[in-house]
Amino acid sequence: MEYATIEELVSLAEAAETSISEIVLQVEVEEEEITEAEIKKSMLANLKVMKDAVAYGRQNNIQTGGGLVGDEALKLGQYLTVAAEAEKDNIYNKIITFALATAEVNAGMGKIVAGPTAGASGIVPAVILAIGEENNLNDQSMSEALFTAAGLGYVVSKKATLAGAAGGCQAECGVGAAMAAGAAVELRGGTPRMAAAAFAMALKNMLGLVCDPVAGLVEVPCVKRNAFAAAHAYTASTMALAGIRSVIPADEVIMAMTEIGDQMPTCLKETSRGGLAVTPTALKIKEELRD
Amino acid sequence: MSIFEIMGPAMIGPSSSHTAGAARIGRMARLLFADKIDRAVVKLHGSFADTAVGHGTDRAIIGGLLGFLPDDERLRGSFELADKQGMEFSLEEVKLREVHPNTAKIELYNKENNKKLEIVASSIGGGRIKVTEINGSPVELTGRMPTLWILHHDRPGEVGIITSILGSYKINIAFMQVYRNRKGDIGSCIIEMDHKPNEYVIKHLENSEDIIQVRYLPRI
Repeated sequence: MEYATIEELVSLAEAAETSISEIVLQVEVEEEEITEAEIKKSMLANLKVMKDAVAYGRQNNIQTGGGLVGDEALKLGQYLTVAAEAEKDNIYNKIITFALATAEVNAGMGKIVAGPTAGASGIVPAVILAIGEENNLNDQSMSEALFTAAGLGYVVSKKATLAGAAGGCQAECGVGAAMAAGAAVELRGGTPRMAAAAFAMALKNMLGLVCDPVAGLVEVPCVKRNAFAAAHAYTASTMALAGIRSVIPADEVIMAMTEIGDQMPTCLKETSRGGLAVTPTALKIKEELRD
Repeated sequence: MSIFEIMGPAMIGPSSSHTAGAARIGRMARLLFADKIDRAVVKLHGSFADTAVGHGTDRAIIGGLLGFLPDDERLRGSFELADKQGMEFSLEEVKLREVHPNTAKIELYNKENNKKLEIVASSIGGGRIKVTEINGSPVELTGRMPTLWILHHDRPGEVGIITSILGSYKINIAFMQVYRNRKGDIGSCIIEMDHKPNEYVIKHLENSEDIIQVRYLPRI
């Protein structure tokens, strides 16, 4: 059994009347010659790292290398304790808090799971852990969703790129959002085909996103972008669950992403030579950090 | 490729190339040196130099020199731990020619045995690394497979002897590089294998005439 496209992944799941996560798990067992139990254990270990990062990031003012970020999740949490009831319970608030928390922990040399990359490591855990917490799901279910996210990302890595230096931020936060969207659909009871639609919709809307980090650090705009991308992923999953389809199929969206990445100038691909990185404020920050 | 390369690795942030890769470079240098490090001189080139502090590249390399893996939270406090363990270190910027933007040159010293090692290594993306120079000789060492680094007297048939020893233990060679500085001098070979050699293999190689040094480098 193998898959090289999103369509193949969905077809395999449909034919076996199972979930995408189950197909991803079985292929991993075959490919890597490791037992199912060991693979599940490794993914649960990843889930634990994600939970710890969220818990730490929410409660601490984090010292980061550039000092440009660090208290966003804390601030958001404090605001939400005094916010109106309806806002406190809003799943979007939980998602953006979790995403900020993880991305800040990453910026502060904390432990995270790079998925799809370290810079975009806040998106998948935010969506999965927030849905899990809201619905009292156990670790097993959340871990299964991580397989779905991983399988979707795996297809992108085979066909395109996951590096900002090669494809811009669309390849990092864009793909992270798409992976999270697909996983969210599965966690929320949707079909494999709906997961593919959510993946496509999330990625489509982030096409063209450039990578222009201030002073070359994974701080601005990266940390807050993780929160936006996570909320975006949840939006895509809701649309897909409602039966909304993506006119352009997921695999073609990946092709478009590759083409856009190739056309994107180098100054906007993780070189910090364009965009936000060359604004007067960014250049001043860069100077100050060098001293 | 495993899906854990997509949903993983668990690592210390913020950057797979500038932090995880940097830690791996340090660890690889330590494995190649295989002796107590009294003093380390770390020279950073290009993007490594420009954003070292913000990415923790400096701390990650020193942490790697202390033997820490990319997911070890002690990387953050590596400077203090190096002081405690009596490993002197200094960090400086350097401009190297024709190398990857994320490159470090590392010199390691041991006073007691009067030993020195110098390597040049690059972080080539996603946390993957490549050692491109050992003691001035060009090499290509990635740490993605179990590897042996062997120094031997440059004599006819020496490489054949090494490969036959490995073959006799049913160890399959995936990639192999041989080089030397001067004819008849000391030869060096880097052997990447499909299997991990056990201690008997290493002893056998070490006891072989004309082999000066055998260094086993696990996957990193």
